[in-house]
Amino acid sequence: MLEYAFRRILWVIPVIVAVAAVTFFLMYRAPGGPWDREKTLPAATVKALDAKFGLNKPLWVNPEAVNLALSEGVRNPVALTAAFIDSRFLNYMTGVFRFDLGPSYASKGAESVQELIARKFPVSLKLGIVAIIFSVLVGVPLGILAALRQNTWLDYLSLGTSTLGVSVPTFVSGLLLLLFLSRTFSFSPIRDPEEWVGFGPAYLLPGIVLGLGTMAYIARLTRTSMLEIKRQDYIRTARAKGLASTNVVTAHMLRNALIPIITILGPAAADLVTGSIIIESIFGAPGLGREFVESISKRDYSVIMGTAIFYAVLVAIANVFVDLSYGFVDPRIRVRR
Amino acid sequence: MSQVAITLAQNAPTETLPGTLGALRAPRSLWSNAWRQFRRNKLAMIGMVCLIFLAAVAVFAPIIAPHNPVQSDLRTAGKYRQAAWIETDNPKTTGDWSYPLGTDGNGRDVFSRLVYGTRISLVVGFIPMAVIMFIGIPIGLIAGFVGGTLDNLLMRLTDIVYAFPALLFFIIMQISFGDTPVGQLLNGLVLLFITLSIINWTGVARLVRGDTLALKEKEYVEAARASGASSWRQISRHILPNALGSIIVAGAFIVPGAIIAEAVLTYLGIGLKPDVNLAAPFPTSWGQMIQSGQTAYRNQPWLLIAPSLAVALITLSFTFVGDGLRDALDPRDQI
Repeated sequence: MLEYAFRRILWVIPVIVAVAAVTFFLMYRAPGGPWDREKTLPAATVKALDAKFGLNKPLWVNPEAVNLALSEGVRNPVALTAAFIDSRFLNYMTGVFRFDLGPSYASKGAESVQELIARKFPVSLKLGIVAIIFSVLVGVPLGILAALRQNTWLDYLSLGTSTLGVSVPTFVSGLLLLLFLSRTFSFSPIRDPEEWVGFGPAYLLPGIVLGLGTMAYIARLTRTSMLEIKRQDYIRTARAKGLASTNVVTAHMLRNALIPIITILGPAAADLVTGSIIIESIFGAPGLGREFVESISKRDYSVIMGTAIFYAVLVAIANVFVDLSYGFVDPRIRVRR
Repeated sequence: MSQVAITLAQNAPTETLPGTLGALRAPRSLWSNAWRQFRRNKLAMIGMVCLIFLAAVAVFAPIIAPHNPVQSDLRTAGKYRQAAWIETDNPKTTGDWSYPLGTDGNGRDVFSRLVYGTRISLVVGFIPMAVIMFIGIPIGLIAGFVGGTLDNLLMRLTDIVYAFPALLFFIIMQISFGDTPVGQLLNGLVLLFITLSIINWTGVARLVRGDTLALKEKEYVEAARASGASSWRQISRHILPNALGSIIVAGAFIVPGAIIAEAVLTYLGIGLKPDVNLAAPFPTSWGQMIQSGQTAYRNQPWLLIAPSLAVALITLSFTFVGDGLRDALDPRDQI
């Protein structure tokens, strides 16, 4: 188990390298540059800016820098190697592992991408927490009720809700909900920036919409696994020995039914990430998702790259966590490995 | 006893010898069994009828649509004519059945645009699915059957693809290739096909690989191998037909995913580009309509409601059909 865990955690590193490399090269060949403005900047300014941010360096390796160092009489192999790998790609890749994602060009280098992420991500994180809490608090009871009252209206209601939630994309349900609220209660999605500071009620609606899909999935999953467990021998035994019904449900059924819920944490993390990009734009939440969308139109390539890598790392870690948690919650899986 | 044998012989096909127990009905294949089960699933049948209806709408769009979806009506441009049943004081914006769902900011008929939008949703759903199957199935079969380097490579690749949130990859691909000749083809549709295929083929390959790994240990494949069947024959006659059920189910869930991806990307303004050509076969998509509807929903709510409901309808239909197919074909994991 320990060896497996170790291997699984180490495997995140090449995954991050691959994701970062793919992102880098796709963005490298994207048209336009960070200095494209409505008014063309003077060539000298562009050159100075390129030099300042190392954009004039070669893509892969930098033999010219080695020659320069040699002509200056540098013979230290460490310094020469450092000069050799002083290229855009390798600098970026080593930067990723030092949590240095470069400057945000739209802010003219005043703020680095990691500072931007640190500033914006808390809003997204809080939305995600609301979404997770909502999806578990609503999804699990919905699934349990549906399973205990199988083939009654309660079951159909719960199935209907969860099918809608699973299949209708959140940006559609979010927009329709917003439309409905604004027309019936003249609710306005536009909020004072102050309301996003701290943990206010502003997070409630976007968080719930963000969690709709996960909630529906949890409800379906809980229902299926509860139905399966309902037929197990140990449940019949528990009932036969005269245990109270609530006791059977909570102690015997729920404990086992909730195991599969952990398995969806990985996909849920990816869902919340992509969901937050859209939900934050719809509700105007000043989080990382909206920043990402805005940086697309600003062509702020370093922010796009850095955010994509950051999200990929989050999802990769969530996947590892899920893989490892199987063994802890379900001893049967531990034995098989 | 002889009485029974005679009745049986009379009912049985003529080639059955008298006195033997001939089959009273034609044997049912796996597929006709699955089809029977699928037909019994009401939701799945509703979903399928909806999809056939939408396909008909897409094909006959020029006949159904009352107006050209790109042509502006200059009299109502910027005026947002309301849906037909909504009345306003202004004769230029009040509902009119010649524009069933009203007009958009450019004076274009929302209903006609909605009808034409069906085309993109279906094309964007099915073409990448075909490409994904074409790439994913052979690679999955070979990886599972042969194992070794290809298998390892496939597994590592899927690890990377799983870690990369698909939407982010789509966005980066659009930024990177959106202005190239490939990105301009069919207003960006071709690039979208390519991107969707790149992301999704690994999932299918991994699924087929898993099935192949399990199936090649089955007795009937072992029997085929023992009687000297070539690898090709083992795969094509024994493994692939048995893996087909789960492949079809996976396909039924790839299509709505692709439709949603298109709608989201276009909604964010980086998917398909608007078309101003009056004779364009794919003039608009529901994602585009939702995007323009969101900015104007206070003036003309149906500009947002209509395409949103359309996206909801098509994804729901696919979920119903997919669930039905899974119940009928793939008894393994039912959620």
